[in-house]
Amino acid sequence: MSAASQVSPAATPGVAEHRQGGMLAGRGAAMAAAVIFLLLALLPLAATALNDPFLMVTATRIMIFALAALSLDLVLGYGAMVSFGHAAFIGIGAYAVAILSANGVGDILVQAIAAVAASALFALVTGAISLRTRGVYFIMITLAFGQMAYFFMVSLSAYGGDDGITLPARSTLFGAPLLDDDMALFYAVLAVLILAFAGLRAVVASRFGRVLRGTRDNAQRMQAIGFSPFRYQLTAYVMAGAIAGIAGVFLANQAEFVSPAYMTWQRSGELIVMVVLGGMGTLVGAIAGAIAFLLVEDWLAIFSEHWKLGLGILLVLLVLFTRGGIVGGVERLTGRSQP
Amino acid sequence: MSDAPILSVAGLRKAYGALTVTDDVSFDVRPGELHAIIGPNGAGKTTLIHQLSGSLRSDAGRVSFAGEDITRLDMVERVRRGVARSFQITSVLEGFSVLENAALAVQARSGSSFRFFAPAAREAQLNALAMDALARVQLDDRAQRRAGSLSHGEKRKLEIAIALASGARLLLLDEPLAGAGKEETAVLVELMQDLKQTHTIVLIEHDMEAVFALADQVSVLVYGRMIATGTAASVRSDPDVRAAYLGEEEAA
Amino acid sequence: MFNLFLLQALNGIQFGILLFLVAAGLTLIFGIMDLINLGHGVLYMVGAYFVATLTAWTGDFFLGLALALPATLAFGILLERLIFSRLYERDHLDQVLATFGLILILNEGVKMIWGAAPMSVPIPDLLSGSIPLIGFMRYPVFRIVIIAAGLLTALGLYLLVSHTRIGMLLRAGATDAPMVSALGVDIKRLFMLVFGLGAMLAGFAGAMVAPILSVEPSMGDSVLILTFVVIVIGGVGSVRGAFVAALLVGLVDTLGRTFGPILLRSMMEPSAAAQTGQTLAPMLIYILMAAVLFFRPSGLFPSRGAVA
Repeated sequence: MSAASQVSPAATPGVAEHRQGGMLAGRGAAMAAAVIFLLLALLPLAATALNDPFLMVTATRIMIFALAALSLDLVLGYGAMVSFGHAAFIGIGAYAVAILSANGVGDILVQAIAAVAASALFALVTGAISLRTRGVYFIMITLAFGQMAYFFMVSLSAYGGDDGITLPARSTLFGAPLLDDDMALFYAVLAVLILAFAGLRAVVASRFGRVLRGTRDNAQRMQAIGFSPFRYQLTAYVMAGAIAGIAGVFLANQAEFVSPAYMTWQRSGELIVMVVLGGMGTLVGAIAGAIAFLLVEDWLAIFSEHWKLGLGILLVLLVLFTRGGIVGGVERLTGRSQP
Repeated sequence: MSDAPILSVAGLRKAYGALTVTDDVSFDVRPGELHAIIGPNGAGKTTLIHQLSGSLRSDAGRVSFAGEDITRLDMVERVRRGVARSFQITSVLEGFSVLENAALAVQARSGSSFRFFAPAAREAQLNALAMDALARVQLDDRAQRRAGSLSHGEKRKLEIAIALASGARLLLLDEPLAGAGKEETAVLVELMQDLKQTHTIVLIEHDMEAVFALADQVSVLVYGRMIATGTAASVRSDPDVRAAYLGEEEAA
Repeated sequence: MFNLFLLQALNGIQFGILLFLVAAGLTLIFGIMDLINLGHGVLYMVGAYFVATLTAWTGDFFLGLALALPATLAFGILLERLIFSRLYERDHLDQVLATFGLILILNEGVKMIWGAAPMSVPIPDLLSGSIPLIGFMRYPVFRIVIIAAGLLTALGLYLLVSHTRIGMLLRAGATDAPMVSALGVDIKRLFMLVFGLGAMLAGFAGAMVAPILSVEPSMGDSVLILTFVVIVIGGVGSVRGAFVAALLVGLVDTLGRTFGPILLRSMMEPSAAAQTGQTLAPMLIYILMAAVLFFRPSGLFPSRGAVA
């Protein structure tokens, strides 16, 4: 009945406004990322020098969430889809590891393939339904599907149910327990993070990425030149789900424990916060946002067990008094106007 | 050149509840013709463009393009067959470069867009065809500019360039002169004069001077009904039209 | 078997009624203000805490309830003035972030004020008995009261929405908010009113369950998501849709958990049936939601185009 009966992208138009252009979207982004990756690569040296092995554990965990946030940026920052169920994919990836290793399959390649297949399939089915709607519906539905996945894992009493399950051991590669060493795990995660960053950078500049970005900015225009947004948005949704599944594989290995707590809707909310704080639609922003968020979380937790209160206040104030996240704030301060 | 119409509209209807916005509209457009649709505000001109472009489903009637019934096809399908529209309110991708705006339209019709790794901005074939479209509207010197930074008149030109780049044979132009200044109007009219040589055009426009300068055929739409169709001269002298529409303009 | 069914059906209705109380206000907020509010669940929690504290102070549940309602109303309006009124013009993402922050603040704030341990509210003596249903079956009076109170509220809302000037504005607002403001209605006051009313209804639901559930931090979170499911199924902006969908969700969830395994047992071996039932039951309402969306993307009673 409504005038634009075929304009049906899940895109929230306003999301485009958050997008950072300028320096961080172009060559500067690659530079910033290179610096971050270099610092990360040198981190184990610092950890050894400081004799602080916990530093590396923390950094590994941060990189795992950076990987998940990176994948969410494809959906949120480039696809303008406010998906509130992204943690579900992490959980699915983590449970792929837990379930397979509990059944004697410890090889990380097999586990990763299973994780990618399962999370991509979940993304395909739930995405196809969610993308039939838009706006507040899309947000609520992705949230609900995330919760469905959560309850599914809670009900798996054979794999720990609500309490979660401890892995018998970390994953192996061709039978070798390579990841047992924290440093090996660290570099494995870093390598995958760099790979994902480089891959997604290519994707957003490709034909596919250009259609996705165009749809984010103006879906009606894209239809008027002959693109149906649905297929492109769904593809991006599935790709992001698969990458988050990989993050889950690493998270399971890092903690050697898997529980439904990995996929609560609060986790999904935190992932959105990471991407937005870092600056959406820049990829490097998602990584920076994840680092900043988890460091602030750890830092607030030092002061008080009620650190979530501080986080909440920070969030509300940020939204009410700034626009465009940390990167946006920095760009405003340095007088770089947003396009 | 055959005289068979390239666009044929028969008995088209659209109603919102009790309000009929398109009421039994029929007309034909022959290849190479510029067919202008005029009418007072609220006559249903933009609704008609929505129905022709496929962004709005019609309640009844038939739309044929190049001999094919396209009534049930959506906008994307119609674009693929060569029917492209411009928007009354400028609707370019503001954050993209002028070149990319046109290149995306070329991309839509040349090869799959499910290519994930090669940078699209470096595809010479796409860029060359996009540049052709831009040159046609004299925007080639602005190719690397951000579309959002263009002047109003330039954005109107870009709208047309995008439609050209999509490979359209039939252009549905929805008030391309809206908001354009005097000089911009003159440039755009000249541009449409040139487009007439290669494209069939359905033009919705308020600027009567431009319409009578450009149009081969003029249809008058009043409250969703087409009250007259004919050459510019015959429509201009039609007493019904004068009463319903032109009289108003002259009185104003 | 029939008795069990009746008992569970009543439980399902009672659950559905509670969901309706929370969803009714929220669906209007979504529909009229186009505001995605994740913070509505915490109002349910706040209502429960208010009634727990006020009952303890006054020593009387009814007095506590009578004080808790205006308190949640005032709290809702305070939040609206402080935070939500600044979000109407923002895009959905900003709304998601700010209201997500609000959840963190209130969940944690409640923990700081009342502690993390669950609180309990005694069922008032007057309503503590049970009444006979059929044969030996009895049903707690308090749950009957919840159902009755919920139905009365639903009726009141129905009258408000369909028979008053405010209701007319609400319906118009859910279909076309800019139109309502163009008509010269003070949209700010209308929004504040809707928000306050929604907060009070959610608080009422929280207050009513306080005696039968434990009052604890984050108790609003799971309710929030169920409420979303209700709103999605019912159609954003439709109070009628919220009512039908809430009962549907309440019944499907409650009956599914009880009878799902029983039904499955007729199809597969008992242990497999138990595990499958245990897995499927909590997912039923989400599957229901997916099915409704598949056939009707804007819900059962669409009042505003979810799919343009």
